[in-house]
Amino acid sequence: MDIVMPNGLDPDPTPVIRARNLDLTFQTGDGPVRALSDVTLDIGKGDFVSFIGPSGCGKTTLLRVIADLEQPTGGSITVNGVSPEQARLKRAYGYVFQAAGLYPWRTIARNVALPLEIMGYSKAEQRDRVARTLDLVNLTGFENKFPWQLSGGMQQRASIARALAFDADILLMDEPFGALDEIVRDHLNEQLLQLWARTTKTIAFVTHSIPEAVYLSTKIVVMSPRPGRVTDVIDSTLPRERPLDIRETPEFLEIAHRVREGLRAGHSYEDV
Amino acid sequence: MAGGRTLPILVVVASIMAVWYVATVWLNTPWQLGVYEREGRAWTASDLVVDTMAQERPVLPAPHQVAIEIWQTTVEKKITSKRSLVFHAWITLSATLLGFLIGTALGIALAVAIVHNRATDRSVMPWVIASQTIPILAIAPMIIVVLNAVGLSGLLPKALISTYLSFFPVVVGMVKGLRAPEAIQLDLMRTYSASTAQVFWKLRWPNSMPYLFASMKVAVAISLVGAIVGELPTGAVAGLGARLLAGSYYGQTIQIWSALITAAALAAVLVSLVGLANTYVLRRMGARP
Repeated sequence: MDIVMPNGLDPDPTPVIRARNLDLTFQTGDGPVRALSDVTLDIGKGDFVSFIGPSGCGKTTLLRVIADLEQPTGGSITVNGVSPEQARLKRAYGYVFQAAGLYPWRTIARNVALPLEIMGYSKAEQRDRVARTLDLVNLTGFENKFPWQLSGGMQQRASIARALAFDADILLMDEPFGALDEIVRDHLNEQLLQLWARTTKTIAFVTHSIPEAVYLSTKIVVMSPRPGRVTDVIDSTLPRERPLDIRETPEFLEIAHRVREGLRAGHSYEDV
Repeated sequence: MAGGRTLPILVVVASIMAVWYVATVWLNTPWQLGVYEREGRAWTASDLVVDTMAQERPVLPAPHQVAIEIWQTTVEKKITSKRSLVFHAWITLSATLLGFLIGTALGIALAVAIVHNRATDRSVMPWVIASQTIPILAIAPMIIVVLNAVGLSGLLPKALISTYLSFFPVVVGMVKGLRAPEAIQLDLMRTYSASTAQVFWKLRWPNSMPYLFASMKVAVAISLVGAIVGELPTGAVAGLGARLLAGSYYGQTIQIWSALITAAALAAVLVSLVGLANTYVLRRMGARP
């Protein structure tokens, strides 16, 4: 079903992630900081959703709420129909952080095997899955290397393999390519799309790059800061098959323009 | 060894020796002059230099006197002899190693408890720190006496004094080490719903290895100090501490110095053994060579 639809035009009856009037206020030394305000959002199965906005707009916080790494102070949210905590305990999602965060004392293969060890997969199953996911991110042959022997882009790919290894339906990615240079980034974006097409996962992706968001997403959630809220949700009209040069088509530029408008609208609010 | 490193080391050693020899002559001269006067003997400058380095109980023995003493009491004595320095060093070393092992184990155990339990953190840490403000010389006799009263004597009481000193750097280092994982590494474990034990064995423990070895280097050296101090107030008959004490009773400065040098050499060996273990373990853990 996830292949047929122009995503999101037709609201999925059972969204994978469903947020209603989500609020999150951090208590800090300088008083309360409102990180999320009245966020309402549906993410359907097989969607590739990007959260985009300037820093401080709560996009990472929103992702962390979905992952049960932060607790909302108001509103409701379900992941796979249950609370984020239950979803986490069922290992419903793989999380890719801004930094690869590979364990330096483990080889690449053993880093990818880490979640499998924790989740109690058999040795044989671990070997199979490590081999399969490393192949998925084009890292076959680097099994026995230690992280420091790999480039930044390869490390980030290994961390994606680690998030994919246990076959969660949802992939949460927090600016995974933010620290990489543009060329590597383009390459990884392309690979990520191929991977998404092959695995039919639901992906929530935080970024502050407009081209990245437009290129990758079936749905773009534009956010603005202070307090973090959703200002626009754009359903992409681009086809699922996306070569890199789609970024020069008028359609692409039009979506990018709308994202930029959305971001600007959020910003002008801040200037007051 | 690279020539570029050998030369500076040799220069430093040579200058220490030179200073030592000059000091020997200088410090031993007053007594030597007294000897000449009593014997009514004429003396020359070269006599003075030779004689100040050949006294039986010098204020400061010359390096070669210490070297000869060490040679005679190690190589030329049977190691079972009470006059063998190897025998005494072994007595002290066994207390050191036992104390170091107990201290390291205790230190790790306390650090684990402190990191995993807020109440322990609040209640134990102040005591750990307070324990180190008591001079070991003051508390060592108490430990020996108390343990004697409950029927423990010999190796263990001395080892426990080593433990008393050596657990401290391990607690402090390991608390730091076990808390060293970055927030993102801990978050990652949370996304896997990992148990506390899994977080410990797969993240905190391996991540703390550099801290553990750094602490153990300090701990092993301080263990040796503890063992020697443990031998001092107890009238111990054997061990480097006993050797130091006997030497000072009878004014045997050469014996004192040879025991001191042996203790220093022992400490150096122990610290470098921990260093080698460190290199080996971190290499196995894929550290950048």
